[in-house]
Amino acid sequence: MDYYVPPTGFKSVLLKLRGNWLAWAGIVMLLTTVILAVFAPRIAPYDPYADIKVSIMDIYAPPSAQHLLGTDDAGRDVLSNFIYGARVSLIVGFFAAFISVVIGGLIGISAGFFGGKIELILMRFTDIMLVIPDLPLAVVLVALTSPSLGNIIFVIGILGWTTTARLVRSQTLSVKERKFVLRARAIGSGNAHIIRRHIFPLVLPLMVANSVLVISLAILEESTLSFLGLGDPTMVSWGQMLNYAFTRGGVSSGAWWALVMPGLGIVWVVLGLTFLGHGLEQIFNPRLEAHHLSVGKNMVVRGKEGAGDVQP
Amino acid sequence: MKRYKYLISKVLWASLSIVFVMILNFFLFRVLPGDPARAGVKDPRLTAEAQDAIRVRFGLDKPVINCFESINPLKFGSCLVNPLDTQFFIYAGNLLQGDLGTSYHTNRPVKDMIGESLVNTIILIGFGQMIAIFLGMALGLIAAWKANTAIDFATLGFCLVAWSLPTFWLGIVLLFAGSTWLGLPVVGKFTPGGGLATGLPLFLDVGKHLILPTLTLSVIMLGEYMLIMRSTSLEIFSEDYILTAKAKGLKTFYILKDHVLRNAMLPMVTIIALNLGFTVAGAIQIESVFSWPGLGLSIFEAVGRRDYPMLQGSFLMIAITVIFANLLAELMYSYLDPRVQAI
Amino acid sequence: MSSPKNPPALLEVRNLSVEFMPNKNTHLKAVQDVSFSLHEGELLGLVGESGCGKTTMMLSLLRLLPEAGRITGGKILYRNQDLLDLEESQMSDYRWKEIAIIFQGAMNALNPVRTVHDQIAEAITCHELKTPKEKLDTRVNDLLEMVGIPASRGSQYPFQFSGGMRQRVMIAMALACSPSIVIADEPTTALDVMIQAQILELLQELSRQLGLAVILVTHDLGVVAEICDHVLVMYAGVTAEYGDVDTIYNHPVHPYTQNLIKAFPNLANPLDSLISIPGYPPRLDALPAGCRFEPRCLKAFDRCKIDQPPVYELKDRHQASCFLVEGQK
Repeated sequence: MDYYVPPTGFKSVLLKLRGNWLAWAGIVMLLTTVILAVFAPRIAPYDPYADIKVSIMDIYAPPSAQHLLGTDDAGRDVLSNFIYGARVSLIVGFFAAFISVVIGGLIGISAGFFGGKIELILMRFTDIMLVIPDLPLAVVLVALTSPSLGNIIFVIGILGWTTTARLVRSQTLSVKERKFVLRARAIGSGNAHIIRRHIFPLVLPLMVANSVLVISLAILEESTLSFLGLGDPTMVSWGQMLNYAFTRGGVSSGAWWALVMPGLGIVWVVLGLTFLGHGLEQIFNPRLEAHHLSVGKNMVVRGKEGAGDVQP
Repeated sequence: MKRYKYLISKVLWASLSIVFVMILNFFLFRVLPGDPARAGVKDPRLTAEAQDAIRVRFGLDKPVINCFESINPLKFGSCLVNPLDTQFFIYAGNLLQGDLGTSYHTNRPVKDMIGESLVNTIILIGFGQMIAIFLGMALGLIAAWKANTAIDFATLGFCLVAWSLPTFWLGIVLLFAGSTWLGLPVVGKFTPGGGLATGLPLFLDVGKHLILPTLTLSVIMLGEYMLIMRSTSLEIFSEDYILTAKAKGLKTFYILKDHVLRNAMLPMVTIIALNLGFTVAGAIQIESVFSWPGLGLSIFEAVGRRDYPMLQGSFLMIAITVIFANLLAELMYSYLDPRVQAI
Repeated sequence: MSSPKNPPALLEVRNLSVEFMPNKNTHLKAVQDVSFSLHEGELLGLVGESGCGKTTMMLSLLRLLPEAGRITGGKILYRNQDLLDLEESQMSDYRWKEIAIIFQGAMNALNPVRTVHDQIAEAITCHELKTPKEKLDTRVNDLLEMVGIPASRGSQYPFQFSGGMRQRVMIAMALACSPSIVIADEPTTALDVMIQAQILELLQELSRQLGLAVILVTHDLGVVAEICDHVLVMYAGVTAEYGDVDTIYNHPVHPYTQNLIKAFPNLANPLDSLISIPGYPPRLDALPAGCRFEPRCLKAFDRCKIDQPPVYELKDRHQASCFLVEGQK
């Protein structure tokens, strides 16, 4: 695999970022979610963790002036739950992804750089982890331990490193053979030094682009685990909101507000991350899109050469 | 390399993976704090004798495995213990005989319950994948051909959104819409009592129940397949042999069909194999939402009921199925890529 | 010019101009006002440094330019039909059947997942739809044998052939529909000398036997001297000189051609020192205002910096674009 050398200077990345509307859309979407999460206590009209007294009328109440998005199965305000739910998704997403990327990076660089038996063992291990399906294993791990937030972060983190490991190893292999690395060896630089100063800076940009993907996968996985009943019961999360709404009569009550909103939240943040990820990939790994089967171009233009009025 | 050599190495590797999963499965359920029988055993209403009896019945009085000095509460035994009398080898022996334990919930053998579920899951995944692959390849190819036009951008938009949807949420939305506006059945495989029917009425009934779950799975997978097919096709379009094909006077349609498609199948098969875990995750969610009686629903219910033998058995079955499906995909790849063949 | 003494040309290219537009604001003039003609059984050598527009012009003949390419002027008359007037669907009928091309560097020019036999057969069935299978197979096998590949290897895949053999497969494939013209774009680069000789011999033989006209694109003057009848020397997209092989080698009039010939080692006088032409051809986005060769020309004078010399016709089928020949006939 032949990787285009990504721009390494921070400035050059920022420059390329300017024209990339995909990445910007993603950043905006992400930022709105972060703001929602950070300022939740100020923004949310109610406190989801407070004790409230409810009557039958308050359960699955449709949207009204007091509850802009209606209430859920326990009479709680859906909008407030929604706003607070952003916190769990983001926290789990970032921290679990951090664990995954660190593990993946370590394994990838070690495998790529040292080669030989180490690479064989590490890559075989990665292959096995790739083949074992993630969600069932995560379900088993969380079910057998405990559905606490820390635990969920840990489980998602230790299962999500495989794509990063492969990517990093590929890049390490190609960087390893380049001239400046050979030169560094020739003057006697130690392994740690070479990795730190030469290999890592060229691997980092791809890891950054990849980590965006990993975060989005972590968020999806957290919401799925919560939906399946393995979420942290002490915290509000979007997946859990959907679990309650679905398993506690939301469908038969016609409470679309409780069923649709939390999902939209997940879609919003994951889509934002996906846009950002694709935008970053365009920057770090651009592809030429000219090819032999271009459609609809009129190749023949009569008239003076260089006339300029060429039909598209 | 020769095909049979390639296949033998793949089969060996798959076998190794299955063995690894079996070992992993055992230790997960014995070593992690949520120890199954202990959960049942800790019930305070049981007398001490009853607790001991349960322990003996489930073989929990035996050491887990020998040659590790006891590390309570893990209960590893000393090397003097007969290895065959440890929990691990009892487990392994049982597995080889096809015995996956007894469900805490129904008291039936796990393997019987799983047998029925496995078929249902394969039906769901089978249909969903077929539709997604077929449409994904066709639409991805078209999107690549019309790259950078409105059609392409619309397609890309759809793919990115489809990929970002949580599967279970899409299921819920479709369930809501399907039952409210289209009157489609949304629970289970048959209408109650319908399991007794045979022939055409049975097919129609199951078919109707399959519509929404299959649609959900297809949409989710479609996004990814389209995206991959599109970028693969674009890469192929720039290859020299496409220019040769055009120079030969072939019309675009035939170039797409005989040259691009054929070459694009290789990476597609690889991607499908790579995505089997994703597919299974989707199946679990969809079965939970639509109560489709497959392996995914088994896992979901087993978690809720703390039916650990069922959970363990389902997990093992799912993992083995995925490894096996992966092997099939590699087999298919070996037929598609002529480089895996003769000298 | 055709007359009863001169048979009509098979291919006549008049004032062909090709541009590249990588974006809306850039016009790169890759080929400018080039004319030549080709008769049955004739071998034309197309010579020039890398990037002088040889390949671009050849692709234009078949209208195979990449997305950014535009043919902005001129005519391509094949048996009196202007190919530039045709619709794309009509053009595809002409491709391969009338004019075939062997690409430079056949490494990737063959589809890796289909057999060689299949790909050659495809060329035939594309244009002659209802060929029965036995005839088709025989034809393919004959073609392979003709280029020295055993017919049994037809069921193998491109990766199982060496570079030289793949090139030969390309030649066999090019001849599949018995075209009137074959364009061979650097057919022997990256091949060793023995294979090179074989392939050139083959082309010559086919030209003699079948009346095949060949355009041989190359930068090897020795090859051109050996087998070609006419030579077109290009420089930075324009015709430097065009004439028959004797004139070009023994009485060249354009300074560039003269230098090229001088730069070529002459076995008859092994002790002559080699003269190379200093400098590089201009970039397409930085063309000089006047004659394109002027910066490297030892005979340049003031006018050369200001105006571009047009292509002067000296005698029948001898052209040169240099102010030095203005007024000669």
